[in-house]
Amino acid sequence: MKEFNAVITIAYRDLMKLLRDRTRLITSLIFPFIFIGILGGSLQAGLGASVGINLLTFTFTGVLAQTLFMSASQGVISLIDDRENDFSQEIFVAPISRYTIVFGKILGETLVALVQGLGILVFGLVLGIQFSLELFVAMAPIVVIVCLFGGAFGVVILANLGTRRAADQIFNFIMLPQYFLAGVFNPIQNLPWYLDILSKLSPLRYAVDLARGVFYAGSPDYRVVLASPLVNLAIIAAEFAGFLIFGTVLFVRRERNR
Amino acid sequence: MQPIIIVENLTKRYRNASANAVDDISFSVAPGEFFCLLGPNGAGKTTTISILTTTLAPTAGSAMLAGYDAVKSASAVRRNIGIIFQKPSLDMNLTAEENIRFHAVLYGLYPFLPAYALMPRAYRARVHDLAAILGIEKEIFNPIKTFSQGMKRKLEIIRSLIHQPKILFLDEPTLGLDPISRRNLWQYIRTIRAETGTTVFLTTHYLDETEDADNICIINNGKIVTYGSPAHVKADLVQEYLLLDAGNRETLREELSRLELPFVETPQFKVNLNGRTTQAIIQAIATPLTVLQTHSPTMEDAYLEILGKEKA
Repeated sequence: MKEFNAVITIAYRDLMKLLRDRTRLITSLIFPFIFIGILGGSLQAGLGASVGINLLTFTFTGVLAQTLFMSASQGVISLIDDRENDFSQEIFVAPISRYTIVFGKILGETLVALVQGLGILVFGLVLGIQFSLELFVAMAPIVVIVCLFGGAFGVVILANLGTRRAADQIFNFIMLPQYFLAGVFNPIQNLPWYLDILSKLSPLRYAVDLARGVFYAGSPDYRVVLASPLVNLAIIAAEFAGFLIFGTVLFVRRERNR
Repeated sequence: MQPIIIVENLTKRYRNASANAVDDISFSVAPGEFFCLLGPNGAGKTTTISILTTTLAPTAGSAMLAGYDAVKSASAVRRNIGIIFQKPSLDMNLTAEENIRFHAVLYGLYPFLPAYALMPRAYRARVHDLAAILGIEKEIFNPIKTFSQGMKRKLEIIRSLIHQPKILFLDEPTLGLDPISRRNLWQYIRTIRAETGTTVFLTTHYLDETEDADNICIINNGKIVTYGSPAHVKADLVQEYLLLDAGNRETLREELSRLELPFVETPQFKVNLNGRTTQAIIQAIATPLTVLQTHSPTMEDAYLEILGKEKA
């Protein structure tokens, strides 16, 4: 019960920190807006007709999943330098298990990402993306899953990196290729075999494809989806468990044996 | 009485480091004691405090706090200690009350609820009392960023006391405070010590803050250089002396030699007391003096002397 309270406290704090920080709230939405508004909009205007699918919607779904995934993982990775800053120092010396800290942080960063997701959704509606109530309800659990998955992915990176500098440098290196391998903006149906292998190794691919699988269900554009949502869910569940167990154990061990 | 902190042969070597950051140190602290750990930057203070507060595993040796082993029973140790970090540990965008509430929940004192009004009556009473002590009844619901530096520090101390720790660690608590805030804070810490009997473990660079410590431990290069009460540390290392001068230096020199008082000319006469009292020396001297100054060492003199010897 005590550990549960601690998880909730850590998560609630993350959410409050975001909501009270207006600058951060706005800047966190700039990149998704650029990607969807400018990239998606221009792709649709230039190529949409010849490709035969709505590229704005395609980019929107991709960027939604990618932003949630990345925001959650980046948030978890921030634990690296947090231990020497603000209230986080308190968290690290509190009489709670290290596992509690990791779980609380994943949950908190999931909430933070969901706030961003809400902003992206509103932006999408403004751009004219069709969103029925049923679709909203169907997408709700999916976005939560994507966030949690991103958080777990963050724990693995966190556990393998010692310093903030290393994290910042490596993170881009790990994330940027995934944008393209996961097909956030670009269709990846027909990849050369070596890119196909890399794509299948990229966790973000399954998050993006799951989001699209549910979003496009019953629509003619469903052909952009690579695998059934059930397949994606199964892969995500397996990777999530692996990341979480491996990452947390490694993190806890590393945290004290510096 | 059983010591509340027992450190035995504590050693820490960081990964890939060529030397020990803390090198086989042992000391103990009695309950209620005001203990100071001093040393230059890089001496091993922060490493020692990190091990004692269970955020770092030692390479060898042991540390027992309030009867619990810092490695094997880290959680029990944590419940019994409070820590004021070198860097502020408050969330600037959250209110003072939220910072306190999150701390209280993490220490298992109350269940978490998302608003102050929903928290148990006992908690609200506690916060009310704390706010009254600090005189911030109104500001307690304001974001921390509106508080002054000194006020933030006090709030951190109050927060760290909410789970009634047996030992309070203060890691350079007055760093960056102006003299008035610094004095205020110390006044406040003294009051707390008097009221709660909490053991205080301090690291600082301001040596005047250590004058009323019970024991001082100076470390350098990971080893203990000196340990003891301030009086003991000073007496051991720095001589008390008299500074004398006369219109006629010739007579004074002759007289001091005749009285067998060892002195150094700087060109004024520096006479080491060597156990004699100032009174006795003055009575013995007949030469009219133009300068008479007594010099008793401060903690700073002792500290600089000790570290100077280390270097040499």
